[in-house]
Amino acid sequence: TSREKAASIKLMTDQQKEFQELARKFSREEIVPVAAAYDRSGEYPFPIIKRAWELGLMNSHIPEDCGGMGLGIFDSCLITEELAYGCTGVQTAIEANSLGQMPVIIAGNDFQKKKYLGRMTEEPLMCAYGVTEPGAGSDVAGLKTRAEKKGDEYVVNGQKMWITNGGKANWYFLLARTDADPKCPTSKAFTGFIVDADSPGILVGRKELNMGQRCSDTRGITFEDVRIPKENVLIGEGAGFKIAMGAFDKTRPPVAAGATGLAQRALDEATGYALERKTFGKLIAEHQAVSFLLAEMAMKVELARMGWQRSAWEVDNGRRNTYYASIAKAFAGDIANQVASDAVQVFGGNGFNSEYPVEKLMRDAKIYQIYEGTAQIQRLIISREHFGRFKK
Amino acid sequence: MSRVLVGVKRVIDYAVKIRVKPDHSGVVTDGVKHSMNPFCEIAVEEAVKLKEKKFIKEVVAVSCGPTQVTETIRTALAMGCDRGIHVEVSGKDYEAMGPLQIAKIFAALAKKEEASLVILGKQAIDDDCNQTGQMTAALLDWPQGTFASEVTIDGEKVKVVREIDGGLETIKISMPAVLTADLRLNTPRYATLPNIMKAKKKKIANMKPADLGVDMVSRVEVLRVDEPPTRLAGVKVETVDDLVAKLKANGTI
Repeated sequence: TSREKAASIKLMTDQQKEFQELARKFSREEIVPVAAAYDRSGEYPFPIIKRAWELGLMNSHIPEDCGGMGLGIFDSCLITEELAYGCTGVQTAIEANSLGQMPVIIAGNDFQKKKYLGRMTEEPLMCAYGVTEPGAGSDVAGLKTRAEKKGDEYVVNGQKMWITNGGKANWYFLLARTDADPKCPTSKAFTGFIVDADSPGILVGRKELNMGQRCSDTRGITFEDVRIPKENVLIGEGAGFKIAMGAFDKTRPPVAAGATGLAQRALDEATGYALERKTFGKLIAEHQAVSFLLAEMAMKVELARMGWQRSAWEVDNGRRNTYYASIAKAFAGDIANQVASDAVQVFGGNGFNSEYPVEKLMRDAKIYQIYEGTAQIQRLIISREHFGRFKK
Repeated sequence: MSRVLVGVKRVIDYAVKIRVKPDHSGVVTDGVKHSMNPFCEIAVEEAVKLKEKKFIKEVVAVSCGPTQVTETIRTALAMGCDRGIHVEVSGKDYEAMGPLQIAKIFAALAKKEEASLVILGKQAIDDDCNQTGQMTAALLDWPQGTFASEVTIDGEKVKVVREIDGGLETIKISMPAVLTADLRLNTPRYATLPNIMKAKKKKIANMKPADLGVDMVSRVEVLRVDEPPTRLAGVKVETVDDLVAKLKANGTI
């Protein structure tokens, strides 16, 4: 019967459950205990990253012929949510690898894939996605970093900003303008490159001190006459914008999963506290003002989870998931901020204090409304997709 | 051809709050998180380490119970065991299953698989019996190294450092032997993601106790299960004299 069939459809395969168990165990036992210390010191959590790499929790998208596991987006989202539960600073450092690798995975030729993805599975290396500039974040068309063809090389000049793993990367995915004509359309003016981080002329800026996810390494990078061999061009001159944007369909679901992990952590911490703290003669959890707050937090977390699941499932099944990926990321980013703030509220005065875990969550949550496409850009995308669907 | 059998038991996860069933016949297991017994994890780790050091060739993970125990065997495979054996026991037999029945099964399997070592956890965290390893050794008439906190293979013998009440005891026993793992024997590894994927291809054989000539009839009947008595609130006293008076009054001193 269709009822029996529905009951037998599992949300996750047994293998996916095992992946999730592994990531959960690692996160609770090895990330949670050290997260506060890394937040205070801002030190790059390399020991944890190395451990995650050893356990196979990183670089899950790298194809099998490059030494990776070729996992789908759903599987990697499962892992990402669990790691983010422990600390989104750690998880962002790890996720930046996926973001940097994605252009190579979707657009690299065999030589590029073997060279730059292969090395990531041989040792715990980091990479970075270098698109944003001091003067251009949302408006990618406004990028000024220039790449000029000179013989068999491109010479790059310009500045990138807010590059996660900027100071730790072994190589960067770089988006630069190759067509100087201002009238050239965005879809043809930019080129995607793979740049070795030890190329002469790359100046790595200082580690930026941010509001949250403080152990993640974020920097400005200056390119001064950096020479890139033409073999490192992805697809060809002018193909860059599409590649850079195409990566997002696969990286936005994991970002949504990360925000969901943070929200789940905030919910769990707040719930535990509500079941211990007493006021006016009973547990604060028994006061409706608090229990209703927790109920709404739970609603948001569950729906955010379903958001990333849908967007991951769509792309894993070979469909264009832009609409779902944007919705997932926008929603999860927004609710992560709401839920973290509400968690601080449940903790009351204690929540504002650094001895308790929730103020960090509130500081960490904010960036989810900004990076990988701001909350406003997501709404632009969603509205455009929505009208497109409506008109069909 | 050196082969090790490792027993892995599926138990209620150590972090779960145990609740007694309303009819006092046992504890609630439906919908409750289960995982591999922590001492069994340590046993698996030790066996896999011995294989990595090339003292043994093959590690076989064994579990007795209903279909769900295959999850536990898969975890053992993901940690590095080569293949698994699922001895199917379900229903009333499973509920009544205890150390004697398991020991009989392991003794039969140890002979059938020509194992050089049987490594078990020292006890399970659900029943805390601490009997299965000892019974298995007795049924096989093999030496036993229980509460092992260090295991070293030396030719045809095994040196075992045992944790005992007075400290540590070192013994040397001949193989084949039964060992039981204590807490400090090792730190179990995570099953890495690639190993979880590889474990899917490893084989798990199915059999029934009857196939091994084992009768599952229990000689033990559980009459009743109760929670420990709730801890009563204490009494606060103002002065040391009050304390002494109260202790005298209730007969403590």
